[in-house]
Amino acid sequence: MEIAKTLSIREEIVKERVGLTSNYAAAYAVKAVDVDVIAAYPITPQTTIIEKLAELVANGEIDAEYIPVESEHSALSAVVGAAAAGARVFTATSAQGLEFMHEVLHIASGLRLPIVMAVPGRALSAPISIHGDYQDIMNAKDSGWIMLIASTAQEVYDSIIMAYRIAEDNRVLVPVMVSYDGFLMSHTTEPVELYHEDYVRKFTPRNLNRLKLDPRKPITIGVIASPDWYYEIKYQVVNALKESRGVIKEIHGEFNKTFGTNYDIVERYMLDDADYVLITYGGASSGNAKEAVRRARERGLRAGVLRIRLFRPFPVDEVVSSIKDAKMVAVVDRALSPGSTYEGPVFNDVVTALYSKGIEKPVISVVHGISQRTMLADDFYNLYKTLDEYARTGEYPRKTIFLGLRG
Amino acid sequence: MEMKVYFRTIKDLPEDEYFGPGQLTCAGCGPSIAVRWLLKAAGSDVIVVNATGCIEVTTTSYPYTAWSVPYLHVAFENSAAAASGVEAALKALRRKGILDTKAKVMVIAGDGGTYDIGLQALSGMLERGHGILYVLYDNEAYMNTGIQRSGGTPHFAWTTTSPVGSKFKGKVQRKKDIMSIVIGHHIPYAATANIAYPIDLANKVKTAFDYIDEGPAFIHVIAPCPPGWRYPEEMTVEIARLATETGYFPLYEWDHGRIRFNPPSNTHLDKSRRKPIIEYLKRQGRFAHLTEEDIKEIEKEIDEYWDYLARLAKAFG
Repeated sequence: MEIAKTLSIREEIVKERVGLTSNYAAAYAVKAVDVDVIAAYPITPQTTIIEKLAELVANGEIDAEYIPVESEHSALSAVVGAAAAGARVFTATSAQGLEFMHEVLHIASGLRLPIVMAVPGRALSAPISIHGDYQDIMNAKDSGWIMLIASTAQEVYDSIIMAYRIAEDNRVLVPVMVSYDGFLMSHTTEPVELYHEDYVRKFTPRNLNRLKLDPRKPITIGVIASPDWYYEIKYQVVNALKESRGVIKEIHGEFNKTFGTNYDIVERYMLDDADYVLITYGGASSGNAKEAVRRARERGLRAGVLRIRLFRPFPVDEVVSSIKDAKMVAVVDRALSPGSTYEGPVFNDVVTALYSKGIEKPVISVVHGISQRTMLADDFYNLYKTLDEYARTGEYPRKTIFLGLRG
Repeated sequence: MEMKVYFRTIKDLPEDEYFGPGQLTCAGCGPSIAVRWLLKAAGSDVIVVNATGCIEVTTTSYPYTAWSVPYLHVAFENSAAAASGVEAALKALRRKGILDTKAKVMVIAGDGGTYDIGLQALSGMLERGHGILYVLYDNEAYMNTGIQRSGGTPHFAWTTTSPVGSKFKGKVQRKKDIMSIVIGHHIPYAATANIAYPIDLANKVKTAFDYIDEGPAFIHVIAPCPPGWRYPEEMTVEIARLATETGYFPLYEWDHGRIRFNPPSNTHLDKSRRKPIIEYLKRQGRFAHLTEEDIKEIEKEIDEYWDYLARLAKAFG
């Protein structure tokens, strides 16, 4: 979009520019869209979202029922019930909380309920760790949710607004998870531009035209299906996720037009001429990778970053078209898939995407930042150098590289 | 305070059936009898949230449903949490002028989903004070998975996981006192009911909904299970009635901190007015292995429970 036009849109639409953590940005997005029911249970690093929401509800700034449930399992169950009754809902969790919800994750997508949930990613126990990575999120990847991974507090705010439009679209009706780095984003303050709420509400009109629990028109939700029916019903979830790609892109386009932003389901950074591409997700990995691009390019390496913003459904076309001309690619995962062929979960998605298009490409699997193990921009710069060496020799490792791991 | 009477005879109950025929429950199913009366008493303006269990799997087999009121099933352990969400949604949507609704919310859950796996969610719902009627239909074991013991299974009862062996004979532990747990949350209204006493049951449902703006209500309904309790299916109502007549399952209400016994249990503080417990036990195969000593033990436990109720009545009558 033209810069002048963007600026004039932002001038009109932005109410204030404030310093917010990603967690607070999430809470303000929930306020902006006017939710009806919030179910909340504390867990680090998510807790400050529900604290902020409790405050906003207590001050009458959000007109919603706030259910302080006794567990995460009940948090998701309560918003399932509320969404089935026609309400706009929100909940948030991390790590063990997401694991405890796991049963209901599949039920929420199976019942096709437009739930929005924020998940700052965190390492999973045991050993217990409160620190950030993406293990919790990766464990939820097959649960039938649409999953967005944001990289800045502004993007968290914007993504949650978009998430309501996506989830409630009658062509989609699938729950949406918006995740981001635990601590490195959830507890880090960044400048965020908050919008006038009438613009947000105009962008997210309620979908009153969906099936719900209503005595005037009784329906049965949550049935038992025999093997004669189960497969077909479950396939509808598969299909909904497939079909949602187009709708998600359409809503991104509409959001960009309305709010003067420039989001896509992937972010391409210096990719046009890139020989070496790092594929990342979340804030810290992507930020480090972008800084490494600068260092690498100063030294003559044509480096670029592809950031996965939409993780489920996986943006196959966008990923493949972004890396098809690269000489060498590395996927930096912040989660583990023990026992898999390669231990980086998103690596597996990337190579499958390439395979689906019949493209053979050297791709390296890298794991980094587990339980917030410090990631340095130089680690990423060194990766570009390493990719360059591999490209020159034609030899590259056929196994996952664990960066930052003590020998 | 007298028991509230909305229905005097069976003719006072609505003719409308909200629980359709042709569901897949066993012949003589106690829980299905309970649900029929529950729905008649609740009327059409109710949303049912059902836990996983016998009633759920037998009434919602896609593409059929037995429910002519709105119905939600989410999972086994979370019906109280899901219902909390439904209730909160109706409240918010009503307040915000988005939905014009006066619908009531009723949970229907079995003993496994209440005494055991759903206890946490139930406690949370009661503590938070949602305006929901939670109905426990108690067939005293995990019948849906094939008769496994639960916290609601009585002492000595045979189940597949409390078998009658040479060392242990039936369930080793006593039945959990769910009513006391519920009452411990100081909710406005809790009651026991029995499928053999449908007018009593219907009046309790109505009373519960009358109080629902004040907070949660709970009804514990005893609902015999022919295959699980090992008796011929035509005996369901008779066995249910004996459960109360022998004092095994007393009918009472906990109404705003006061206990009130309902007929015929209102005479049963006097033990001589109760039928001998053997009348109840001898009709059920799950108790076929009991010795004289075991029966004495059961009798003693029932006496103890009545003694406990008597003390409650003295303090809170």
